[in-house]
Amino acid sequence: MDGGGIPMIRFSLNGTEVSVAATSGERLSASLREKCDAKDVKIGCNAGDCGACSVLVDGDVVCACLMSTAQASGRNVQTLSGLRTSDEGRALTESFQNHGAAQCGICTPGMMVSAIAWMRSQTGTIEDALGGVLCRCTGYRKILDAVNEAAQGGAPARVGSGQMGSSIRRLDGADKVAGLERFGDDIAGADVAVVHVIRSPHPRASFRFGDLEGFRTHTDGVLAVLTAADIKGNNCFGVIPPFADQPVFAVNETRFQGEAVAAVVGTPALIARFKDVDFPITWEDLPSVSDPQTAMNDGAPELHSGRVNNVMIKGFVACGDSKAALDRAVHSVSGTFETGFVEHAYIEPEAGFAEIVNGRVEVHACTQAPVMDLESLAEILGMDHSQIRIVPTGVGGGFGSKLDLSVQPFLALAALAIQGPVRINYSRSESMQSTTKRHPAIMTVRIGADADGRLSGMRFDGVFNTGAYASWGPTVANRVPVHASGPYAVRDYRAEAVGVHTHCPPSGAFRGFGVPQAAIAQEVLFDDLAAACGLDPLEFRVKNALTNGAATVCGQVFDQGVGIGACFEALRESWHDALTQADDFNQTSTTIRRGVGIAAGWYGCGNTSLPNPSTIKAGVRADGQFVLHQGAMDIGQGANTVISQIFAQALGFDVHDLELVGADTDVTPDAGKTSASRQTFVSGNAARLSGLALRAEILRRCNLDSKTARISSGDGVIVVSDGSVLNEISLSALDVNADGYVLHAEETYDPPTKPLDPNGQGVPYAQFGYAAHLAVVEVDMELGTVTPVRFVAAHDVGHAVNPMLVEGQVHGGIAQGLGMALMEEFIPGRTDNLHDYLIPTIGDIPPIETAIVEEPDAHGPFGAKGLGEHVLIPTAPALVNAINRAAGVQMRRVPVTPARLRAAIVGRDNDR
Amino acid sequence: MYLQPSTLEQAVCDAQVDGVRILAGGTDFYPTQGDVLPDFPILDLSRIAEISGVSRTEKGWRIGATTTWTDLVSAPLPRAFDGLKAAAREVGSIQIQNVATLAGNLCNASPAADGVPPLLTLNTEVELTGPNGQRHLLLEHFLKGPRQTELAVGEIMTALYVPDIKGAISRFSKLGSRKYLVISIAMVAVLLCIENDAITEARVAVGACSPVAVRLPTLEADLIGQRDVHGFVKPLHLNPLQPIDDLRGSAAYRLDVVVPLIERALIAALESA
Repeated sequence: MDGGGIPMIRFSLNGTEVSVAATSGERLSASLREKCDAKDVKIGCNAGDCGACSVLVDGDVVCACLMSTAQASGRNVQTLSGLRTSDEGRALTESFQNHGAAQCGICTPGMMVSAIAWMRSQTGTIEDALGGVLCRCTGYRKILDAVNEAAQGGAPARVGSGQMGSSIRRLDGADKVAGLERFGDDIAGADVAVVHVIRSPHPRASFRFGDLEGFRTHTDGVLAVLTAADIKGNNCFGVIPPFADQPVFAVNETRFQGEAVAAVVGTPALIARFKDVDFPITWEDLPSVSDPQTAMNDGAPELHSGRVNNVMIKGFVACGDSKAALDRAVHSVSGTFETGFVEHAYIEPEAGFAEIVNGRVEVHACTQAPVMDLESLAEILGMDHSQIRIVPTGVGGGFGSKLDLSVQPFLALAALAIQGPVRINYSRSESMQSTTKRHPAIMTVRIGADADGRLSGMRFDGVFNTGAYASWGPTVANRVPVHASGPYAVRDYRAEAVGVHTHCPPSGAFRGFGVPQAAIAQEVLFDDLAAACGLDPLEFRVKNALTNGAATVCGQVFDQGVGIGACFEALRESWHDALTQADDFNQTSTTIRRGVGIAAGWYGCGNTSLPNPSTIKAGVRADGQFVLHQGAMDIGQGANTVISQIFAQALGFDVHDLELVGADTDVTPDAGKTSASRQTFVSGNAARLSGLALRAEILRRCNLDSKTARISSGDGVIVVSDGSVLNEISLSALDVNADGYVLHAEETYDPPTKPLDPNGQGVPYAQFGYAAHLAVVEVDMELGTVTPVRFVAAHDVGHAVNPMLVEGQVHGGIAQGLGMALMEEFIPGRTDNLHDYLIPTIGDIPPIETAIVEEPDAHGPFGAKGLGEHVLIPTAPALVNAINRAAGVQMRRVPVTPARLRAAIVGRDNDR
Repeated sequence: MYLQPSTLEQAVCDAQVDGVRILAGGTDFYPTQGDVLPDFPILDLSRIAEISGVSRTEKGWRIGATTTWTDLVSAPLPRAFDGLKAAAREVGSIQIQNVATLAGNLCNASPAADGVPPLLTLNTEVELTGPNGQRHLLLEHFLKGPRQTELAVGEIMTALYVPDIKGAISRFSKLGSRKYLVISIAMVAVLLCIENDAITEARVAVGACSPVAVRLPTLEADLIGQRDVHGFVKPLHLNPLQPIDDLRGSAAYRLDVVVPLIERALIAALESA
């Protein structure tokens, strides 16, 4: 016992004896992170559901969050930091980088520790050994490849030139596989004050505070209490300013379960034990609406005054005469499709740290949009932009939800209130309750075709549950009608998407902004229509696919770069083989039926008809070091590597010699948000222009005009080599600018778009990317279970900057699309944890073959197109089509859970 | 207060502390705490050697209460335990199996506890130790309902006893919506004795389809003498089940899929005989 009566617990940590003063019942994970500084132990759920905190105890892999520190007493605890220098650790360190097996990196320590335990025991399969660690980025296949490689003795570091098209390892990968990358909760020290948010226990409630001042002064450890009354600026934020409607702290009434009403800032000791029942507040549960149909009825409670019948927005696109075309169609099909809330389920819950530095507020948190965070905080705090700094931490997955503010206002308000450092780390349930979701949709669609199987009219009516606040709901409502045709030539078209408020968590951005939902309705009906026309599903799609020169439903005509036809061709052989194999299989199998499905998707890169600039800055220091200010947030997708490769290509420089800076609002110019699959395209172009400008400046100083000259840096010099000619620029005599550079460049790119008219006609995007997926599944007809067997994914990326990272995006997107199709459905108040809300595990993702199609785009940097969101658009409809074909059913709702599929097979109403 | 006794005698003493709660593997204990530190006395049973491990008794097997699923899998046990071992491999993940205990699975009394159906088919008895000594209960009597057991305040589950059953073969199968880390929609354990290709003894238990997992006595009786069980399971056999509608599926779905789950397990057992 120490002086305070807390027993000292001794154990070996990575070979060193440690002694920890752990409170009764303290979790080993907490002791390791906060008392032993073992930040390589990640916490994703505190419930054993995610495995991110996996460590070895006496050689056995365990979740550190499920073990008391006292249980580790006298034992040998090993984390990635201690294991990575072992033979197995070294092999995995290389193989994880060689295969791109670490994307965001938050699950990587748990994955590698579990892999080491398997390599040492050699019992069971790799899948069994890694089945307890969830990854939301990679789709697991690259992880399997990496562990296999390491188990077979490993391989040397993969090298590549770094030129466009070369699969180099991530430039930021070493820290991820070492467990050194610092995420949102890895910044603050253990003694920093903690912010705890008080949240509504009901979907809609009125509330009254009790004696807050008495609570503050009479509770040991309370440093401040924050409510709406403490907000000096505007208690209202939103990612789309005209629709801003969300308070930091609700006033009088809450609009969803989990909405913040107050926050307690306290000592770590207080908050570790704090229970919400001890906070002085009384709640009154009020009638609420959770489905949009009810919310649109007269008399339903109105969430926001002025939004009549809770309708927030309607998006609309029409061309030709859809009614006349449908009337004259020889074949027509229709259906109503339904999708649920989908949770992003990144393994890193929102977390961060803030402090006051020279009177300015500095917020370190995980984010996809640092400059938007800064602008919103300025509005909320009533402070000048210059008084706020956003320093993004590593981001342990985002997928759209970390575009919105979460922890940032609480951190900033708390730091200002106590004039000192503060930290916050959302619990898993807090993260799932309070942050944005994919919009649930109810979509009624009718599509016609003429006698030859050419499309004749399409009508789409979608209602999207946008939850309590606008968030990115307007974007979803606008994107869906533009994309609901799929990548097909539809001359007569009418599509409307309505965003409706309910007392549910705000629906926002999630990889695809509503397009994945719409694609399910359109692509599944396309199979029905192909059948009605007597056409093979692939041939029907090829016949109707967009081509260069054909108008989109917005009247936009691309005379180049339309790659959907090439994607279909890339699948043709696999499609016919898979159909034959499935027929053969089904000859002898009645209980297990095999089915093949195909589906396509397209996606416009960048904001819809809105300005969308990115700026990239670069400089050369007097010592000859080239520095790239890379403000395009890398949330695991690989922007740090891709933007650098594009910049280096334009400059004619070796990407491995670049020093990367950022993102940080004090030092990197605004490269926009990581969303809308825009970073490779938009920030990539800014990087290309910046590289070209710097190159021009360097060549000018050598009086050179060369497309082939290579630039490299030496000690205090720049070396330019063109064939056998060598030029050297001495840097010591040049003036140094305020950033410390003797040469610099800063360029901006904004994609050329034009506004849409009331019928949605115009130029919404400068560039689309295209995709088609083939899925093979096995359906157990008696149980209703679906086992995906194989995917073939064709993606037109224009020009693959880094094919390994392209595959990583494809795999990860397919895993999320598979989850949406088969198992994921967030039910507010009931599934706010990772054992009731299921995402795919390593045993659920089959082999994926990626066919990279390169139909260069005139606007893309070196022809490149965006990719991030495209990848999950075709996945769910391809799976549903495969299931329908295997089981002879017509599924209209996802997820296709075993219960729903079995109900469809036997025609039962339950579970539908 | 954190109590970590190394003897059973001390543990029983510690179990009398007012408001004390028992911690063993921690896999059910910690998830119910949220992110808040426990504010009650904790009795940690993980350091008591005498209530851990698998050993032979005169008439069968003793499985110490804090035996982990991983320990169980590696223990040399007869084929009658194959179903229990299969269930062990499906408990959560390796991380969970390495620390979660058999007694914890029983005392937590989830309707979807993976260990219960196979332990029911093994006619398992549990040993409870309290200040007044030990008592033994059949597992089906110990489990009273969801999260309800016969464990009295001040008592500790100290062992499971499985009587010998010569030549028995067992199977287990679990239906869930994904491969790993999944809570059962339904699960089935069967144990058969087979002579000359015909069933001479049958035990069938179903989990996640009633408040606590149950045996199906009518089916068990009807199976005696059978060689071919294709299409054998009838609605009448499922009378003991009382499934509910929940997130994972409806009651109707559960009753529907239990039939092929049972038949497949029986067929697999017959084929392996």
